[in-house]
Amino acid sequence: MSAWVARLALGRLAGRLVASLMLLGSGLPAHAETLVTSLSSHRVLITSNYTGSSIAVFGAIERDAQTVSRATPYEVVMTVRGPRQSLVVREKERLGPVWINRDQQKFPDVPAYLGVLSSSPLLEITSPALRARQKIGLEAILNAPDFTLDRGDADEPFREALLRLKLREALYLEIDRGVAFLTPSIFRAAIPLPATAPPGNYDIEVTLLTDTVILARTQTSFELVKTGFEQQVGEIARDWAPLYGAMTAAVALLFGWFASVVFRRD
Amino acid sequence: MQIYLPIAEMPVSVLLILGLGAAVGFISGLFGIGGGFLMTPLLIFLGIPPAVAVATQTAQIVASSTTSALGALRRNALDMKLGGMLVAGGLVGSALGVWFFAASRRAGQLDLVIVVSYVTLFTVVGSLMLKESVREFWTKRRGGPARPRRRPGDHAGYLGWPLRMRFYRSNLYVSVIPVLGLALFVGFAGALLGIGGGFIMVPALLYVFRVPTAVVIGTSQFQILCTTIVALILHAVANQAVDVVLAILLILGGVFGAQFGARAGRNLRAELFRFLLAILLLGVGLRFAIELVLRPVEPFSVTVQETRV
Repeated sequence: MSAWVARLALGRLAGRLVASLMLLGSGLPAHAETLVTSLSSHRVLITSNYTGSSIAVFGAIERDAQTVSRATPYEVVMTVRGPRQSLVVREKERLGPVWINRDQQKFPDVPAYLGVLSSSPLLEITSPALRARQKIGLEAILNAPDFTLDRGDADEPFREALLRLKLREALYLEIDRGVAFLTPSIFRAAIPLPATAPPGNYDIEVTLLTDTVILARTQTSFELVKTGFEQQVGEIARDWAPLYGAMTAAVALLFGWFASVVFRRD
Repeated sequence: MQIYLPIAEMPVSVLLILGLGAAVGFISGLFGIGGGFLMTPLLIFLGIPPAVAVATQTAQIVASSTTSALGALRRNALDMKLGGMLVAGGLVGSALGVWFFAASRRAGQLDLVIVVSYVTLFTVVGSLMLKESVREFWTKRRGGPARPRRRPGDHAGYLGWPLRMRFYRSNLYVSVIPVLGLALFVGFAGALLGIGGGFIMVPALLYVFRVPTAVVIGTSQFQILCTTIVALILHAVANQAVDVVLAILLILGGVFGAQFGARAGRNLRAELFRFLLAILLLGVGLRFAIELVLRPVEPFSVTVQETRV
C-alpha cells in the first residue's frame, strides 16, 4: 500500500517537472505579453432576493516594446473554481429484485463550481497535449490523475457521471466564445453563477494563448458572501446552535398556538 | 416571488412552499398524522439538501401538532396520561433510532435501510388498515354492527400483562409494557426515517388498544409534538441543518391547511377516514417500492460530504 502511494506521489512529481520544463522550453521571451484584469466586484453579496449572479471580467493584453505583433490572433481561456468540496459519487446496481448503491468513488477535493469560458472553442485553440498538461477545459480537469483516485478503468464512469450531474445543475459549465474581444487586445467575459453555487471563495485563472501556445497567465478571485439577515442567521445557527434550535421551536410553538386561537370554533 | 434560504443556501419560490405547506398541512390535520413522510420527499424533490429538508420539516410538525393538540385539549379529546407514557417510551426509541442511523451510515447502506423500512412499514400498516376498513364496510352493508361491541375482558392477552394502568379518558385498563413497546418502536422508526411516526401510532392505538377515534388523534398529536421538539433541537445542534426561513414558510402554509383538514376530518365518517388513510399509506409505500425495483434513469448520484469555505 505505502509503496503504491509513493509511486503515485513520484509520478505526480515527475508530471509537474515535465510541465515546468515544457513551459521553460517553449522558447518564448519572458513577459513578452502581460495580462491585466479587472472584476466588476470582488465581493458578491447574497441578499434575501438573491437568485444567482453574473460577474463581469475585463482584461487587457499589454505588449512590451520589443515584442513584434503576432501573426495569429490572441485567444483567452478563463477557468473559475468555486469553494472546494468533498464528494462521493455512488452507482446503483441490481441486486436480486432491487436496485441499491453498490460501487462508489470519492472525490476528496473538487471545486463546487467550475466554469471554463473561452474566446473560441477549446478544440480549435489548444492541442490535446496542452489541454491535458495545463488542465484547460472541463474534460482535462476532470480526467486529471489528481481529480480522484485512479482505479484503472473503474473510476472512468464516475468521473463521467460527476460531470454529467454537475452540468445538469449548471454548476460545471464550459462556454465557447464566452470571452469576447472588444479590440484585438481588450476582452470581456460574464461568469454566470447559478443560485445554488455555494458561498465561498472563487478563483479565476486567465490564460492568454496564441497558436496553441501559452503566452501569459494571471490569477484573480472574488468572494460570494451572505450578508445582513442571511449572514446573521447563518452565524447564529453555527455558533449558538442550541439557542437557534430552541428559538426555532419557540417560533413554531407560537405559530401553532396562534393558529389554534385564531381558528377556534367554540 | 423568490426568497433566499440562509441555511439551505438556495432560493425558493415563496408561493410554492406556502402551497406545499398548506397541502401537507391539510392531510396532516385530516388524519392526525405529522405529514413528515410526505413533506421530506417533496422538499428533496425541489432540490433542498436532504439534511435540511428532514431537519426543517420537524419545525412545521411542531407547529401543526401544537395547533391540533391544543384543539384536542379544548374538546377534551386528549388523554394526557396515555400521551405522557407514549412520550416517555418514544424518547428512548428515538435515541436508539439515532444510534442505528449512525451505524447504518457507517456501513454505507443507510439509503437502503431507509427505503426498505419505508416500503415495509407503509405497505404493512396500509394493507392492515385497508383490510380492516373493507371488512368493516361489508359488515355494515349486511346490516351488522360496524364493529363488534367491546366487552370487558375482550382483548389480546398481552394487554393484560402486569403493571396495568387505568387510562380514564381512553376508557382503557392495560399493561404499560405494550404501550411503552409501541412508543419505543414508533420513536425508533421516527428517528431513523425522519418522520413523526403518527401513521404507525394512530392505527396501533385504534386497532390494538381500541382507543376511541376522537381521543386517538389528539393523543397522537401530543406525542408527536413532544418528540419533534426534541428532534428539532437535536437537528439544530448536531447537523446545523434547520432553516428558519423555510420553517416559517412551511408553518404559515401548514397552519391554514391543517385547520381545513381538521374540519374536513370531523365531517368524515370513521370508516371512510380509515379507508382514505390506508390508501394514502399504501400509495406512499408503493411509490418507494417502485423506486427500489425499477431501473433508475440515472444510476449515479452525488453526495456532498463537506464544503470548505
